[in-house]
Amino acid sequence: MTPELGQLALILALFLALAQSVLPLLGAWRGNRALMAVARPAATGQAVFVALAFAILVAAFLRFDFSVQYVADNSNLQLPWYYRIAAVWGAHEGSMLLWVLILNVWTVALTLFSRRLPDAFLARVLAVLGIISTGFLCFILFTSNPFARLLPMPPDGADLNPVLQDPGMTFHPPVLYMGYVGFSVAFAFSIAALLGGSMEQSWVRWARPWTNAAWGFLSCGIVAGSWWAYAELGWGGWWFWDPVENASFMPWLVGVALIHAQAVTEKRGTLRAWTILLSLFAFSLSLLGTFLVRSGILTSVHAFASDPRRGTFILGFLAVVVGGSLLLYALRAPKVAGGKAFALVSRESAILIGNLMFTVAAAMVMLGTLFPLLGDALNLGKISVGPPYFGLLFPLLMLPVVLLLPFGPYLRWGNSEAPVLKQVLVRAAMAAVACAVIAAFFVQGQLKAIAGVAGAAWVGVGVVLYIVKRWREMARGRRYPAEMAGMLLAHFGVAVFLIGVMLSESLSVTRDVRLSPGQIATVGGYEFRFDGVSETTGPNWTAEQGVVTVTRNGAPVAVMHPQKRTYTREQVQTTSAIDPGITRDIYVALGEPMDPNHVAGAWALRLYTKPFVRWIWAGGLFMMLGGFVSAADRRFRVKREVEAAQAVTATLQESQA
Amino acid sequence: MNPTRQRRLTIILAILAAVIVAAALVVYALQQNMNYLFTPSQVQAGEAATYKTFRLGGMVKAGSIQRSSDSLKVTFTVVDASGAMPVEYNGILPDLFRENQSVIATGHMDGARFIATEVLAKHDETYMPKELKDAMAKAHAGKHIDESANQDKPQP
Repeated sequence: MTPELGQLALILALFLALAQSVLPLLGAWRGNRALMAVARPAATGQAVFVALAFAILVAAFLRFDFSVQYVADNSNLQLPWYYRIAAVWGAHEGSMLLWVLILNVWTVALTLFSRRLPDAFLARVLAVLGIISTGFLCFILFTSNPFARLLPMPPDGADLNPVLQDPGMTFHPPVLYMGYVGFSVAFAFSIAALLGGSMEQSWVRWARPWTNAAWGFLSCGIVAGSWWAYAELGWGGWWFWDPVENASFMPWLVGVALIHAQAVTEKRGTLRAWTILLSLFAFSLSLLGTFLVRSGILTSVHAFASDPRRGTFILGFLAVVVGGSLLLYALRAPKVAGGKAFALVSRESAILIGNLMFTVAAAMVMLGTLFPLLGDALNLGKISVGPPYFGLLFPLLMLPVVLLLPFGPYLRWGNSEAPVLKQVLVRAAMAAVACAVIAAFFVQGQLKAIAGVAGAAWVGVGVVLYIVKRWREMARGRRYPAEMAGMLLAHFGVAVFLIGVMLSESLSVTRDVRLSPGQIATVGGYEFRFDGVSETTGPNWTAEQGVVTVTRNGAPVAVMHPQKRTYTREQVQTTSAIDPGITRDIYVALGEPMDPNHVAGAWALRLYTKPFVRWIWAGGLFMMLGGFVSAADRRFRVKREVEAAQAVTATLQESQA
Repeated sequence: MNPTRQRRLTIILAILAAVIVAAALVVYALQQNMNYLFTPSQVQAGEAATYKTFRLGGMVKAGSIQRSSDSLKVTFTVVDASGAMPVEYNGILPDLFRENQSVIATGHMDGARFIATEVLAKHDETYMPKELKDAMAKAHAGKHIDESANQDKPQP
């Protein structure tokens, strides 16, 4: 009975979503307060029913209710409880439900923290979120119902794909979705501004923390995914330019541009139309990303079996959202555009250049990712675009960003004078050169590594110089407001990330070796002794577990236990062993026995040393932290009443200018 | 020219220059890194002759996997309904690499052998990359793809 209740809850949520999308819009158009007031309770009600449906699905997994098709397909009696909860979003139907749930979480948070916004504006924002929710609920109910029954009920379910049975699965998808869906707030905000035909700086101020928080979540989700791929999927790589990774990376890139453009719009009133356009792009790319992951239209390490019937709905929904919002933009953008002029050397210019680089990078990634589809459509044959395409273009596009980064905080709005910048240039350049020279002694002439250290020093010293300057010049307590601290943290993250990427890419050593028990292989200055393989078991798998003793110049470093697991359904999954460290990771993965009938004999092993690889994720986490810290700035929350009054006069002045 | 116009012109020129450079680079990088997918029969028909590196897709022939006794070298045969291609690979094969399963190998030809630098196996039980399915269907237009090759059945 319960699964039907779940479906009923979804249907009720759909009706509430419809009410939330239609009535407040009418109200805002007609100036009818009663209709506008529907938005809040409808959103809350919808959230309650979606949460109920989600809880029912979780309960079905926990209680092994194999009469539900989705549960039977994605779990079985041996699966531990935490992976049964994670299995809720282990396949298409549940992921979509999670998506809607998170959309509702954002919407409810919005209704709680936006009491000071003008009624008509808030009504429009909530209505837009309602429309998105309606689309997704229809998608779930009509094409991918997680509550569909399976009769007769099987005694045991299939299995969650072993690749997904990893701690990464418990938090990577929800956090990533928090980021994806979070951009819907900025999207709804922009659509509401376009519908209303005006955009005030105080509203952008109100939208900024939401964008920053969403971007922070997205950063966290991508870092988690990268770490998971490293530990579980990828034989030691941290980024593969795989279509599904790119799908999350595109909104992230546009998100970076959006965060900065919003800052310009809020502080200066400039670049309004651009900010709106970016928020439309960011959310459209999030939608594209959501669908790419599960659609199976691209060959990817993440691709799973899929149902082609959904394609049409997805395409239609994307067309409505992207096409509709762009049409609205074309019609209304001239009305909201405007702003102050700025000189060539100014913070606006620098941000604009950065924006350009990030959007072009996103377009470049999109072209490479969707090119196989394009080639297919144009009958060019079955094409895939190799990682070197991205590997060549992305660093080139990011080079100007890295070069400009230290100057960012020093640049003034509107017009900036050169002497201060020269001083920063000289100091940061000296630091970069000094670090590069020192690094050159340690990295055996690897140019990439030297460039990485120099770039990191350039960015890092630039950030530190500014921190020192603020410390000296400002009074205690006013030195680092949260907004600025967030910016500094994120920019510092770029330096850390640069070190991680460049050093691990250039200095990593990988060797595939064939080892008999007792044999030793030397990789990157470490000796790996293979001590044979033994049997071990887990809750729903048996494994061959190797023992590898790592030493350096005879001194013990670690004893590692890589595994080759066989799950209940004969699926094989390699689980690598990692000895983590701040300056290096040691990574061992078990290949296969050289003679399948003689497991105790020689095995193929993959051995790595990866210097500074953890800095990659540390850099990403700094960026995430930056997003959250700046979102927490008090300035975004207080003073709103006062600002609203000022904003009216400000817009009046601007329209005259 | 007044300052506003001058500023606009500078911005437009800068954007134009950036677009041209970016477009040129993108075209270059795409040309360097496009990998076409062919099935063994298409390769034997000479369709892949103009490409140095390409991807070979098909099924791993049962009983064709041979390991070298002293290194990681492994050889196997990739087949489609009417062609077969010996493949040589030096390294660790993916977890889901099995006989009678679909596989995509990236590499180049060396005489009649295909030297693979990367081998991808399918990711779950029922999944077959759509592009591989299409390529195999195209290679045997008119013929029916041997669906049983997709299953985990022992060959007779």
